[in-house]
Amino acid sequence: MKAVLIRYAPLLILAIVWQLVSQFELVSSTALPPLTRIAEAWFSLLTSGELLKNAVSSLYRGGVGLALAIVVGAALGIAMAWWRPVNVALGPLVEAFYPMPKSALIPVTVIWLGFGDGSKILLIFLGCMLPVTIGAFNGARSSEQVLVWSARSMGASRLRMLWDVVVPSALPDLLNGIRTALALAFILMVTSELIVAREGLGNLIGYLGANGSYDAMYGVVLTVAFLGFAADRIYQIFMHRMLAWRDMAT
Amino acid sequence: MSASETLTAGRVLRGAASVAAHLASIVVLLAAWELFARSGAVTMFVLPPFSAVAERIWADAADGSLWLNIGATLYRTFAGFLLACVIGIGLGVAMARTALARWFFDPIISVGFPMPKVVFLPVIILWLGVFDASKIMMVTLEAIFPVVTATVVGIQGVGHELIWSARNMGAKDRELLWQVLLPAAFPQIMTGIQVALPIALIVAVFTEMAMGGFGVGGNMMHASRFADSRGVFAGIVEIAVVGYCLVKGLAILRRRLLLWHQEAVAPSTV
Repeated sequence: MKAVLIRYAPLLILAIVWQLVSQFELVSSTALPPLTRIAEAWFSLLTSGELLKNAVSSLYRGGVGLALAIVVGAALGIAMAWWRPVNVALGPLVEAFYPMPKSALIPVTVIWLGFGDGSKILLIFLGCMLPVTIGAFNGARSSEQVLVWSARSMGASRLRMLWDVVVPSALPDLLNGIRTALALAFILMVTSELIVAREGLGNLIGYLGANGSYDAMYGVVLTVAFLGFAADRIYQIFMHRMLAWRDMAT
Repeated sequence: MSASETLTAGRVLRGAASVAAHLASIVVLLAAWELFARSGAVTMFVLPPFSAVAERIWADAADGSLWLNIGATLYRTFAGFLLACVIGIGLGVAMARTALARWFFDPIISVGFPMPKVVFLPVIILWLGVFDASKIMMVTLEAIFPVVTATVVGIQGVGHELIWSARNMGAKDRELLWQVLLPAAFPQIMTGIQVALPIALIVAVFTEMAMGGFGVGGNMMHASRFADSRGVFAGIVEIAVVGYCLVKGLAILRRRLLLWHQEAVAPSTV
């Protein structure tokens, strides 16, 4: 308990400085409202149901887009590592599109699918797929030759080998790729909603900011930041659990 | 032909073959785009043919607006990215070397890294306005985290033998930092920098879209508002090429700078 307190004391100090600085108007309290007022505004957003409604619609978009990206991305990466022709055909495309700034796709997805959920899901899917693909590809390619040979000499079929040897050994890199994708999903979700949307947390932030209700806007901004942080922590716990077998073996 | 000459010749041939394979799949993709767009399955608005988009880029290049927009985007990207590198490395060194800095910044970095910092955009606009300062600030804010964490890990990983030997030979703090710690940690710091650059470009394009004005992102939003889909696709092609060149350029720079390091001998992956 004490160790945790000492570790996170700097965050507490920052919060106290924030509160004092704006309480005593050292900076304009419009530009930096006191935390107590932000908390009040946040509660009224929560009780009115506004926050929950927008959070559900944002997380739905992020969740569906990310799930699609994981399924398609992992399959693509493993296929590229397993069948050489697939790699020759698709490898250069993956390499060419990987460094492309994904936010550039926002207007295109709007042209294709309009202002609703579809365009956000497509954007998140396209943006998150390549990190997953590259993770799966690197992991599957590095599966130990000895394991592959032993499996073959024990008479495993190609498909069985894929499932029992290649996929498990691709798992650590694949899970790391998914972690990158998770962070990207949040970024793309918020950016696309800030620029073009009718609902969602990003849209709520833009709306509150345009109306000058900065207390509430700060509340939603901090909520999204917290959700991104919490999602990453929960994913890390999940990742450790998934890889527990590997730590036991070594 | 000596053995080493055959080896070089073989390497050159293989390099040429891989470049050809790369080009081939890009060309196939562009051809498929062109054919699909002209097949009538989709309207010109949903997907303009590549030739029309290329024409548009050519026209923009001729009247100079292409260079103006790419220049503005690159200026914001690099200003924010360089700030992130300098501050990030400085902060990382401080955190790795002094307990006080580590105590204060460690929770801030570990809580801040996984957050989507782009969400602070309205707050930054409120503080700094809608011009270059707030765009550069956003880029720095998002790009600094990979640099800091890579620097901390890199410096902490420098072997004690190296530090002790340097101390033993009378190295002062400053000499130790510049001649031992930073070079030894450089491969890892460089990896952090390589992660930070694409992030910087993503954020620069996004801030331009959100705030408008010059720049590739602002231009695309403008085109999209006037239902000018050629303009939108032109922006995508431009930014894809710029992103690819930047990432490749940094990878080449890494190979140059780390010629002395053993990783230069190992086969490179990406």
